[in-house]
Amino acid sequence: MSRLDFDIAHFLAGLLVLISFVELYQDRLYALLNIYALHALTLAASVAWQAFIQDAPHLYVTAAIALLFKAIVIPVSLHRIIVRLGIHREIEKVVSVGGTMLAGMGLVALSMVVMLRVTHGADPLAREDLAFALSVVLLGLLIMVTRRNAVGQVVGFMSLENGLVLAATGAKGMPLVVEISVAFSILIAFIVIGIFLFRIRERFDTVDIRALDRFRGERR
Amino acid sequence: MTFDALTGVLVVPAAAAALLAALPGYRLTARLNVAATTLTLLCALSLFFKRPHAGAYLLADDLNSTFIVLTAFVGFTTSVFSLSYIGHELETGRLTPPFVRFYHAMYQVLMFAMNLALVANNIGLMWVAIELATLTTVLMVGIYRTHEALEAAWKYFILGSVGIALALFGTILVYMAARPVVGEGLNAMVWTLLVTRARDFDPALLNLAFVFLLLGYGTKVGLAPLHAWLPDAHAEGPTPISAVLSGLLLNVALYALLRFKMLLAANPGALAPGPLMVALGLLSLVFAAFMLYRRRDIKRMFAYSSIEHMGIITFAFGMGGPLANFAGLLHMTMHSLTKSAIFFAVGHVAQVKNTQRIADMGGLTETHPVLGWGLVLGVVAIAGLPPLGIFMSEFLVVSSTFARAPLLAMVLVFGLLIGLAGLFLRLNSIAFGEPRGPAGKTQASYVPMFAHLALVLIAGIYMPPALVAWFYNVAGLLG
Repeated sequence: MSRLDFDIAHFLAGLLVLISFVELYQDRLYALLNIYALHALTLAASVAWQAFIQDAPHLYVTAAIALLFKAIVIPVSLHRIIVRLGIHREIEKVVSVGGTMLAGMGLVALSMVVMLRVTHGADPLAREDLAFALSVVLLGLLIMVTRRNAVGQVVGFMSLENGLVLAATGAKGMPLVVEISVAFSILIAFIVIGIFLFRIRERFDTVDIRALDRFRGERR
Repeated sequence: MTFDALTGVLVVPAAAAALLAALPGYRLTARLNVAATTLTLLCALSLFFKRPHAGAYLLADDLNSTFIVLTAFVGFTTSVFSLSYIGHELETGRLTPPFVRFYHAMYQVLMFAMNLALVANNIGLMWVAIELATLTTVLMVGIYRTHEALEAAWKYFILGSVGIALALFGTILVYMAARPVVGEGLNAMVWTLLVTRARDFDPALLNLAFVFLLLGYGTKVGLAPLHAWLPDAHAEGPTPISAVLSGLLLNVALYALLRFKMLLAANPGALAPGPLMVALGLLSLVFAAFMLYRRRDIKRMFAYSSIEHMGIITFAFGMGGPLANFAGLLHMTMHSLTKSAIFFAVGHVAQVKNTQRIADMGGLTETHPVLGWGLVLGVVAIAGLPPLGIFMSEFLVVSSTFARAPLLAMVLVFGLLIGLAGLFLRLNSIAFGEPRGPAGKTQASYVPMFAHLALVLIAGIYMPPALVAWFYNVAGLLG
């Protein structure tokens, strides 16, 4: 593998982590969706580059799914759902932006320390890809726990999943990657349909304590 | 590929799902559902006699045959129970015919997904199967379309998806660990190859993988800090699904965990997975035991009891060694049978009382003697009183632990006693005393419930030597 190949792959994976950080501090839903589309676009580029340097044509399918489904179909349909259901366009956050960013930095440092320490046997590209992927996964989790809004949580989950696809394509020669990315797309499609059908505006988020009681099964 | 028992347990539910989705009419489809599960059970049983060779995707060995037969059996009895349960739901109008059709098709898809996860020899395929099972159950949990049911389904969905995502990361790490040793491509995901070569894997990578797998599949098992989806999903879905969730799906996730535990055990440099599982198991047990006291909803209460028992089972497998593994396997079987029997009873109880609130039920043994005493027997069994099967298995778990780690055994016994008291406190008000609440009628089918309880009773009194030998053999495999 040439130096340039490595650098481009490295750059794209790093960009994905950076965009995860950008997602982390968004406080408007539309902006969050646009950033997510960018996230998915970067993933598509990264996967396509992996397909090229690993000479693995089936990965182009995964890249195409990322491009068409995640970067276009999902953001557009979520956009429309927000309009149709009249969801609050502002994202209620549990922790302040500063705290979230610090936590995010901590998570990235953690994943670097953990992954780089345990994978010194693996080849450098896979190794750093995996470290970046774990960062994206952890940042996705952080996005999920710091949002009260269902759509915000779904975006968190989807960027988490992008991290997984990055890891799977970075692991050279891994079988079933295409199948797994299809399975994940189905999962995400279900989630999006679920938001629409179930009309979930905010999750467990209500000032009405009785509603919360009812939900916890402590009905009187 | 020629037709064998392995393809049988997959093809039968898959074909049945397609057929049931196409056919209208409750009476016909409900019976076809039973017929399909019967066929699956027959295929599963034939695995004991003739077993196809392991391929790159499918595998049958002593370990998963045990799980498959248990799944097929409980799947079969639950379909019999669901015949009368769903009939009642249709009459009262809680479910409409299109939903019933959907329910039956999904029931078979769930059976297919669980069987696929159990027979998969490929860790990627296993992951896809568990994801499919999760999706199916999410749809089933939300089937009543009430506000609570949708919230429960959504919560289950999000938490389940995160769990599944973490499990996938773990799976990728296992592949990364295997690739330098086994070589690139499909082989590095085939479990039978992995376990023979695991000695040479990079231990650090394998350790990290197991942590992710434990968190991921552990969410699906319902282990304590990750259990939040479980009580809601059990309480709000149709009762046959609660029975299958508790009795089977939790086992399937645990089975996936056990497969990876065997991988780690084969590598001398890797961390011992036991202590992690022991800690999570004990935490689940004690936590769930305390949670039993404040429950007002009968199905939620038994859901917490499931967390408690999955904790015990995980604890037993975490302790490892032939005796503890034997106890874990036995406990898993007994718990599946007993808990699904309890849910069969609870389903009918909720139907006659037209509520799930414990406060609105009372004197069940007077108004509905058969149902009431069935429930009492089930709770006596699940609480672990002699002479029933769960007493046997819990006794084995406790005694094998006392021999090796007396302190842990103290915690275990403490949790068990707290759980026992909590269950009886509630049972007292449900089954005895003044009859309370409406006393409606139901065309209950008691056969599945009493069949399960009879099996548990027999296992408590006399275990056939062949069965003991079989379980010992499987326990030996688990290491």
